[in-house]
Amino acid sequence: MNIHRLSKLERERFDFAVIARWIPAGERVLDLGCGDGHLLRYLSETKGIQGYGVEISPQSVLECVRNGINVLQIDVEGGLSGFEDRSFDHVIISQALQAIHATERILGEMLRVADEAVVSFPNFAYRANREAVAEGHMPVSPDLPYAWYDTPNVRFFTIVDFEALCERLGIEIRGKLAFDETGRSVADDPNLNGSLAFYRLGRKSG
Amino acid sequence: MSQENSIGIVAPQRFCSSAPIRLKSGVTLPGFELVYETYGTLNPSRSNAVLVCHALSGNHHLAGIYAGKPDDIGWWDNLIGPGKPLDTRRFFVVGVNNLGGCYGSTGPLSINPENGKRYGADFPIVMVEDWVLAQARLADYLGIETWAAVIGGSLGGMQAIEWAMRFPDRLRHVMAIASAPKLSAQNIAFNEVARQAILSDPNFHGGHYAEYGVVPSSGLRLARMIGHITYLSDSQMGDKFGRQLHRGEYQFSYDVDFKVESYLRHQGNKFSAFFDANTYLITTKALDYFDPAFDFDGDLSTALARAKADFLIVSFTTDWRFSPARSREIVFALMKNRQRVSYTNIDCDSGHDSFLLDDPRYHAMLRAYLENIGI
Repeated sequence: MNIHRLSKLERERFDFAVIARWIPAGERVLDLGCGDGHLLRYLSETKGIQGYGVEISPQSVLECVRNGINVLQIDVEGGLSGFEDRSFDHVIISQALQAIHATERILGEMLRVADEAVVSFPNFAYRANREAVAEGHMPVSPDLPYAWYDTPNVRFFTIVDFEALCERLGIEIRGKLAFDETGRSVADDPNLNGSLAFYRLGRKSG
Repeated sequence: MSQENSIGIVAPQRFCSSAPIRLKSGVTLPGFELVYETYGTLNPSRSNAVLVCHALSGNHHLAGIYAGKPDDIGWWDNLIGPGKPLDTRRFFVVGVNNLGGCYGSTGPLSINPENGKRYGADFPIVMVEDWVLAQARLADYLGIETWAAVIGGSLGGMQAIEWAMRFPDRLRHVMAIASAPKLSAQNIAFNEVARQAILSDPNFHGGHYAEYGVVPSSGLRLARMIGHITYLSDSQMGDKFGRQLHRGEYQFSYDVDFKVESYLRHQGNKFSAFFDANTYLITTKALDYFDPAFDFDGDLSTALARAKADFLIVSFTTDWRFSPARSREIVFALMKNRQRVSYTNIDCDSGHDSFLLDDPRYHAMLRAYLENIGI
């Protein structure tokens, strides 16, 4: 069994490649919680997208400016007022949804400003996470790299939870992928075997 | 202020345009002069020029000092110089005193060729558009076809934005800091109170005070005091002065009781000793009139659509004169057009005046943006 754990850079590139599968070339893309802007730069270089990133962290905004990324320092907790309806083809939130309090609101806003949303998040019900809790500890893993006392995450949810919320909010799941810690795609029981989940979401028609 | 990395001794220069300039108001000036300063060296391809536009009370003296006047430091010296965020080893920086100014450019203090007297109140009202047009003439004269960037804070940011709309091919970057796409009713109201303070000064004499050998200094002083309140944040004033007393106890008089009163009086006195009241009136009108969306049914996006420059928009969290929301109006208008724009809202305690200070995060942002500008 290959137990090679991906380096931070490999993981990042892996995540980007997964997201890029769902982003057609030349699109208008909004990346919420864009960090240092590397995903947008990747999509710009590989797909020729035209994008804007949104960040609240001053350090990340500075990194984006250094990286030549269009970045807006806006707190998405307050929604996306100012962004026009359907002004983007895709809106991405890559491993940042769990750090936002207003989960329902932001999901609704994402599908207001864009035709589709791409969401990735760490699955708290992943086997290793369950084992950590069973042993009496909050999980710390490559996809959940923070100690409980310094984590930026404020929402702790699983693949099953997320899909139930989408159902309740009338959000259509148009694609989903899950991967374990080594980056292998997981088909069997992703809520148990998937460490990181990716969703392509749209508005239910009718 | 630190003199480390200062550009050193600088000297103002003078540009004379003998061609007439037709102002937005419809008035034509037969010609005009602008005083300006430059820092750094224009490169052979003339691709490294940066124009810095000043705000209400600023001028062309951006950086460095004057010979024999080591205390006369340029107003943006903390930003401009060798190794500073706007690095004069790399960029050729130009500062200019705007038309209608009182630092040597053609303005109310100039002699009206028609009657040999100072213009005073007869100097026409100029608008942001007029300033930019005059600045473009200076650019022609300096051989600068395209600015690498046009930068300004507050009213200076409005000029930078106007440049991008008026001369889309003549600049590559706009850096508009603590600015706004137009004044709000509250902004205009503060300006009007400032103007009334000047206009009602008995020494104003309808703006022809020079002929009477007086200046409306008490009106100008009051105008500055009002303005100054809007430049600072409530929390900063609280931290700086709180309810501290000037003499340690209540005076039971209308003399200075609180330190904040002493501070405002000092600022007002200092300002009224050198600034021209007519220039102050003109400049507040230029602020009030600036509204590029007006000709486009109020749609700022349409107004900005012609711009080809990349934009950096900067606001400050405690700025209530031109609040962060005003900057975001510009950002969203640009984004609607799919124009290149970045926006940062700097967490700084010093209100509107933050743009003049050297907050490390603010300066790091400007430095990062400027370093990415190719020359």
